[in-house]
Amino acid sequence: MKNEGLIYRISGPVVTAIDMKAAMYDVVRVGTEGLMGEVIELHGDKAVIQVYEDTSGIRPGEVVVNTGETLSVSLGPGLLTQIYDGIQRPLPTLEKEMGVFLTRGVDADAFDLEKIWTFEPQVSVGDSVVGGQVIGHVQETDTIVHKIMVVPGNGGVVKSIESGDFNVTQTICTFEDGTEMQMMQKWPVRTPRPYQQKYAPVIPLVTGMRILDFLFPLAKGGAAGIPGPFGSGKTVTQQSLAKYSDAQLVVYIGCGERGNEMTEVLDEFPHLIDPNTGKPLMNRTVMIANTSNMPVAAREASVYTGITIAEYYRDMGYDVALMADSTSRWAEAMREISSRLEEMPGEEGYPAYLSTRIAEFYERAGRVETLNGEDGSITVIGAVSPPGGDISEPVSQGTLRIVKVFWGLDAGLARQRHFPAINWLNSYSLYPQSLDQWFRDNIAQDFPEVRIELSGLLQIESELQEIVQLVGSDALPVDQQLTLEVARMIREYFLQQNGFHDVDAYCDIHLQYKMAKAILAFQESAKSAMASGAQLGDVVNVPSRSDLMRGRLNKGYVDTIDDMVKTMNDEIAATVEEN
Amino acid sequence: MTGKEYRTITDVKGPLVFLNKTEPVAFGEIVSLRLSNGTVKNGQVLDTSNDLVIVQVFEGTAKIDREAGVTFLGDVFKLPVSTDLVGRILDGAGRPRDGGPDIVAEKYDDIIGAAINPFSRRSPHDFIQTGISAIDCCTSLVRGQKLPIFSASGLPHNDIALQIARQAKLTGSDEEFVVVFCAMGITAEEYNFFRADLERTGALEKAVLFVNLADDPAVERIITPRLALTAAEYLAFEKDYHVLVIYTDMTNYCDALRQIGAAREEVPGRRGYPGYMYTDLAMLYERAGLIKGKKGSITQFPILTMPGDDITHPIPDLSGYITEGQVVISRELHQQGIYPPINVLPSLSRLMGSCIGEKTTREDHKSVSDQMYAAYAQGRELRGLVAIVGEDALNERDKQLLDFSGVFEDKFLRQSRDEDRSIDETLDLCWTLMSAIDTKYLVRLDQKWIDKYHPDNRK
Ligand SMILES: Nc1ncnc2c1ncn2[C@@H]1O[C@H](COP(=O)(O)OP(=O)(O)OP(=O)(O)O)[C@@H](O)[C@H]1O
Ligand SMILES: [Mg+2]
Repeated sequence: MKNEGLIYRISGPVVTAIDMKAAMYDVVRVGTEGLMGEVIELHGDKAVIQVYEDTSGIRPGEVVVNTGETLSVSLGPGLLTQIYDGIQRPLPTLEKEMGVFLTRGVDADAFDLEKIWTFEPQVSVGDSVVGGQVIGHVQETDTIVHKIMVVPGNGGVVKSIESGDFNVTQTICTFEDGTEMQMMQKWPVRTPRPYQQKYAPVIPLVTGMRILDFLFPLAKGGAAGIPGPFGSGKTVTQQSLAKYSDAQLVVYIGCGERGNEMTEVLDEFPHLIDPNTGKPLMNRTVMIANTSNMPVAAREASVYTGITIAEYYRDMGYDVALMADSTSRWAEAMREISSRLEEMPGEEGYPAYLSTRIAEFYERAGRVETLNGEDGSITVIGAVSPPGGDISEPVSQGTLRIVKVFWGLDAGLARQRHFPAINWLNSYSLYPQSLDQWFRDNIAQDFPEVRIELSGLLQIESELQEIVQLVGSDALPVDQQLTLEVARMIREYFLQQNGFHDVDAYCDIHLQYKMAKAILAFQESAKSAMASGAQLGDVVNVPSRSDLMRGRLNKGYVDTIDDMVKTMNDEIAATVEEN
Repeated sequence: MTGKEYRTITDVKGPLVFLNKTEPVAFGEIVSLRLSNGTVKNGQVLDTSNDLVIVQVFEGTAKIDREAGVTFLGDVFKLPVSTDLVGRILDGAGRPRDGGPDIVAEKYDDIIGAAINPFSRRSPHDFIQTGISAIDCCTSLVRGQKLPIFSASGLPHNDIALQIARQAKLTGSDEEFVVVFCAMGITAEEYNFFRADLERTGALEKAVLFVNLADDPAVERIITPRLALTAAEYLAFEKDYHVLVIYTDMTNYCDALRQIGAAREEVPGRRGYPGYMYTDLAMLYERAGLIKGKKGSITQFPILTMPGDDITHPIPDLSGYITEGQVVISRELHQQGIYPPINVLPSLSRLMGSCIGEKTTREDHKSVSDQMYAAYAQGRELRGLVAIVGEDALNERDKQLLDFSGVFEDKFLRQSRDEDRSIDETLDLCWTLMSAIDTKYLVRLDQKWIDKYHPDNRK
């Protein structure tokens, strides 16, 4: 058979070709317009292809050409600040080529092949280098040094090495065996990039969101799932993480969601400053936007495109955070393709391999020793959109089986405008054990104990609430009424955090600790005042307590909070004398 | 390429016709079927191969037999567009329904439409004043937004949609909207109601109507909204109009989708709807918005009736996952005789933050809206408690909030069908109503707005 065949059948995004030599995951060009596709099934003499662009108007009998390549991304300087579709075509280039509507049949380089970068070599002639090894670097953005690495699996003895200004396709290094190396390399998206070993995650990804950092921390190299019904805050949470988390690099995948949300990020990020570096956020961001109305096969590919780019930067030794909003849309794309293939469906029509694919994807997260001996990590945060908000469905369940952090969004909380609407009773993180040492060493010795105390109080509150529903809160003993007040303070002062607030949207982890301690200080002084005869009503109504609580909305709170707590304690103590 | 007529139908099933021994037929190609009695039906290719072609017939397959002649028209479905569309009434397949001439096409546009490049979008931020307090204050509508009405059978969603179509305007601008109205499977009575109202207000002359009624072919409903949106895109992005698309009832559209899926023996998703319904709906809803370098806009108001009043039903659920909020109509409020019976609590406008405030509506808008919402939510919750423990058990604050929830419904929500409140009037009304609550309980209001707008301080 030849590399060229004919279309036999077209059914939506799935095209069948005959008389063509093909292997799984080969990239093919379909029809007279040469639409890009990928072989996803071989069946007798037929190759089944998923096509990354709209297939209307295409006929049986048109030609299909096998390129012999596998679906790959281009990796090299110029990735950062880009916005791509699911198959790594830059959207600005597509706009230039097609106008404002996405038509089809246009190829586009992943980044500017002509742009000149100043390459500084780190190896010398005669050095023996192996796959993954860094041979030099360029300054990609203000904050990111882009390391040029030998393609994993390649290597040799350096015969010549350049220094100075080059574009990404010019040869910068040759090996004794005659192979040449450029700054750009390709990597197949469905193959995880190799590393030496995985480490246990022991450092948190600090997010600046109190409920996450304090109660349900995520480790660098860990994976988290955020399931929630529509309008509960998945996108706002993901965007906050992209803005404020202390990852060095962010890959943001808009997978089958709204066009306007991507526009918002594009409008906002160039003007936002990374609180961790003081530089524009866009400098550390790569975006992938394959919105709900863009071709579904490309949506299926988008998460792989994203995670491969993340792995590439991980291999340079960076801490990368990857957000996928929403993994449910990715799963639905798999379902659609699978049903066109007439595969035997599993649960709810999803293919039987759904949970395997989900697990494989999240397994690409992790903190690793890279091939060049650096420490790098990918933290994956996946939104899940369960039908009707019911997480007993296959995508939620497949996700929860593999991730160690569950941030459960709650429609009821969202309706009460309690944001972030993360349910503190059913969410969990399995990382505290491995992260506590870091919190003790870097934030405060008693950080874990404070966490346990806060979650304990919230737990007790939920039990007490059941009684209150029946008999009213006045019927409770005063110490329990105080507990309810303290828990309310945790909810309203600590857990609530408006993702759009100028000041409070991001809360430094040291400040988080101070705020948590302030709550416990209130509980302490209230208890002792009440033990000396103070009234609960007087204690909770001291004006300095509401000053303290409102203070978090002002700049410089970290400097004023200690004094405010002191004033509060004094005022509470004074309520004893009034009686 | 008006080609050869084939008489090679092998199977007919539901809305689908299967035939073989054709020349290569394009995916999505338009098909004409001639029946032995002379009737002509139209369809579209859903699946094509050397051996078998599957055609979906818009008018239904009644009377089709193996003798029917099938001609492939060589092109995908296109709508003739020109500004002559404005003022016209077309049927669900785009043919004149008003007795007028065929549309003289400036050009023909593919009705599937291409996705707007996300990079080419402009963020919506112009506040649309609908004159309905509940919407303007609590779920503000933005030009370029897609905001569905989640309703249920027997509720006045049509009146609300029409009132919005009549009253919608940008504050401080006399730019008007062109209404593109798309009926899918609604009753003749409902349609006449829409039409009469548009006629009465003169809006019909500036509207384009695509009408598929309950007794029109169900499968045609798959294309009706695509025709409407193609017309809308042409008017908005080529002719600079601000277009308001109202489509009703999305539930009928989804049912047509389900019917085709069943005929193809696809593996069904939830409640028998196809697994790709999310994507299919997104291909409609995402055709809203603004585009860089283009003056016009498309704002969408899809109406859907929730089967069994159930918001977790796949139709509202998948819609909610795509649209930028929702306006929820409540049977309970309707039964209390309140119009418009909008339940603000589950309603949401996700783009509200971008369109309200000092520059566009009023500086106190956000604060007022938050407080109205919170006070009403608490008041409503207390109703449940009062039912158990009695009103006497409430403290002063709770009593005030409980009373407020009644006033909120009676004075704030309730307005007449032709009452067009300006945003200033709406916000002032909020202040008047909230003044019945002690200011110390109005914790969401900034002190500076209390000083400026509270009735006690205004006299
Ligand atoms: N942390 C937050 N702070 C303030 N407002 C929030 C926050 N989270 C969510 N919201 C509010 O809730 C709305 C919906 O949030 P979001 O768009 O993130 O929901 P979602 O879960 O992504 O929904 P969908 O599944 O439909 O995409 C936002 O527009 C905003 O008004
Ligand atoms: Mg979202």
